[in-house]
Amino acid sequence: MTVANNELEKVIIQSVMEELAKKGLLSHKGKDQVMAAAMMDTPLVPNTESEEMVTFPPQEEMQISNPFNADAVKAMKKLTPARIGIGRAGTRPKTMSLLRFLADHAVAQDAVFLDVSEEFLRRMNLMSVQSAATSKDEFLQRPDLGRRLSEEAVKIVSEKCEKNVQVQILIVDGLSSTAIEANIPDLLPALIQGLKSAGIKVGAPFFVKNGRVWVQDHVASIVNSEVIISLIGERPGLGTAESLSAYMIYRPNENTVEADRTVISNIHKGGIPPAEAGAHLTDVIQQILAAKASGVKLNQQK
Amino acid sequence: MILKAKVYNKIFAFQSLKEVMAKANEEKSGDELVGIAAKSASERVAAKLVLSNLTLEDIYNNPVIPYEEDEVTRAIYDGLNLRIYQEIKSWTVGYLREYILDHKTTGEDLTHISRGLTSEMIAAVAKLMSTMDLVFGSKKMRVQSHCNTTLGVPGTLAFRCQPNHPTDNIEGMLASLKEGLAYGSGDAVIGINPVEDNVETVTRLLDTVKNFMIKWEIPTQNCVLAHVTTQIKAIEKGAPVDLVFQSIAGTQKANDAFGVNAAILDEAFALAQRKGTATGPNLMYFETGQGSEVSLDAHLGVDMMTLEARTYGYARGYHPFMTNNVSGFIGPETIYSGREVIRADLEDLFMGKLHGLPMGIAPCYTNHMKADQNDQEMGTLLCAMAGSNFFMGVPGGDDVMLSYQDTSYHDDASTREILGLRPLPEFEKWLEKMGILAKGKLTERAGDPSIFDK
Repeated sequence: MTVANNELEKVIIQSVMEELAKKGLLSHKGKDQVMAAAMMDTPLVPNTESEEMVTFPPQEEMQISNPFNADAVKAMKKLTPARIGIGRAGTRPKTMSLLRFLADHAVAQDAVFLDVSEEFLRRMNLMSVQSAATSKDEFLQRPDLGRRLSEEAVKIVSEKCEKNVQVQILIVDGLSSTAIEANIPDLLPALIQGLKSAGIKVGAPFFVKNGRVWVQDHVASIVNSEVIISLIGERPGLGTAESLSAYMIYRPNENTVEADRTVISNIHKGGIPPAEAGAHLTDVIQQILAAKASGVKLNQQK
Repeated sequence: MILKAKVYNKIFAFQSLKEVMAKANEEKSGDELVGIAAKSASERVAAKLVLSNLTLEDIYNNPVIPYEEDEVTRAIYDGLNLRIYQEIKSWTVGYLREYILDHKTTGEDLTHISRGLTSEMIAAVAKLMSTMDLVFGSKKMRVQSHCNTTLGVPGTLAFRCQPNHPTDNIEGMLASLKEGLAYGSGDAVIGINPVEDNVETVTRLLDTVKNFMIKWEIPTQNCVLAHVTTQIKAIEKGAPVDLVFQSIAGTQKANDAFGVNAAILDEAFALAQRKGTATGPNLMYFETGQGSEVSLDAHLGVDMMTLEARTYGYARGYHPFMTNNVSGFIGPETIYSGREVIRADLEDLFMGKLHGLPMGIAPCYTNHMKADQNDQEMGTLLCAMAGSNFFMGVPGGDDVMLSYQDTSYHDDASTREILGLRPLPEFEKWLEKMGILAKGKLTERAGDPSIFDK
């Protein structure tokens, strides 16, 4: 009995067996046994050396078989990011549409549920503290806990952070750790450089795990900075999981409302590129410092 | 009113009907967040046991939010048929459950007693029902409504085509609309969520869809889901509106946050009757969802499910053409997992139907929930089996404007074919004329938006 060690041999064995079975020279059971043995012995060594890999076809590719007007479908696909012109298998999506959807959702879920890596924080030289939410599950279900620091974090921030600086920068995972890892390496140096060139005194930035926007109010109450800025991961869509927002506020207190914050959102390579955002945020912070106000109050002064 | 129960060797005592109602709920993150959920599985059952023994009169006498303080409570009590209520007020909630499920009880019977049930009574009985109870009970009830076409016809399942675009681009919206129609989606309504909530955008979208409906002779209704006050202004200026939309909630405080009240809704309904384009008599489209009161901090210590029932009590006075539930849209702090959202969808479908509302469900999810496409598809099939009048239709299941996932055009066609359901009759004829559908199945030509580009 020959061992089949590639697809071609398997096909050859199968057709021989089928011919024999047709001519009554081999029982169906016998044929199945031979085939099973041939399959079982097939060594499936993954070829990790090769550059070949499976990828998705380009999103703009029209997937409808025999459309009435192919050019019209192609033109339609250019007009919207919606998943149209994707064809069907019966009433169901084609395999590639299904897998692309699953991939986009997987990327979004990983951004929400995975933590920013320790290695990344080390590389960026960022001190890390945690909010009062002890896990992602708790963080997602209890927004109140993500709005304040844990007791341990309060102690660390009180001991290690410089007080009364002009600007304190926080990096907060929020709803996307992916947004942090994708944007901070370009954004943070540009922002610090910009602020320092403008002669603004900046405290050492640090990272808050499982944090929400309001955690900046708690930090500000400890470090007593004039302005506090949070660079925080936005809730991912299926389109991108890399979008980051910057929330800035001038001396928050217990009467602070949402409208007191200045927000720049959509920072990612497909929106406001991170390095460019660094320069833009520097300008905005200078305005806030000059006006001693942020949010709606800042806009009213303009 | 007995508020104490013994579950084997443990005794549980409750302080109020409101507490019993909250603790009788299946687990949901929003009730946990507010701090009113049962602390243990045994306490949950004890609350259900207490609830099963309470009479409808006990519930009538103890509204979870006082009549004097809340417009929603007033709408519920003022709209009640007291004669029917008097006939059934001595029933216990446990008996009501068995009455609903009894073979002798018909959908007609349920529609009749519905008029004598307050929203809290309806929520209470749903708290005693399991998944299959809810499906069984929901399936009995068929609520029909009529705008330009009839929704809820037995044996049919309709869809809102939702061709949203992230910048309200008209041609981009039309592309998604054509794709949806080519899959047979759009018989409930062609409804667009605009990015810009202003009269000009709303009017442009309404005009475009209306003209498309006229050009292709599509028997359906149009709607743009802007704030009701924007739609009122658009109608005043002559925009063609079949259905007037608004999101509503189960407390006056939450509705204040939405910027609506009875006076505004009355005005909108009256205006749709006087200046709308539709035949009617049903001219309103409401959206609701468990947890909106929690996210607006307007829950007043009442559980999410009871508040959702109260929302239906508020809605029923306006005889809507469609009421759509979007519990999965609110977020993980109110509904965390696929399991929680499926449960909420089934509760809401049942509670809405028992209010006599033409219910549809959006078994949707956001990316920060622990739910995925498999959960959504399970929820969709269960709600379809339970006789949901309609679902949404979103290209590829991905709403590129609202950033959440909902039933796709593919899911729409699949659900019909799996369960042997048909489009609304007029719309089915139109689909056949267009060569999209034959004998209830998609044709070779279906799924091709370019059939509208001759």
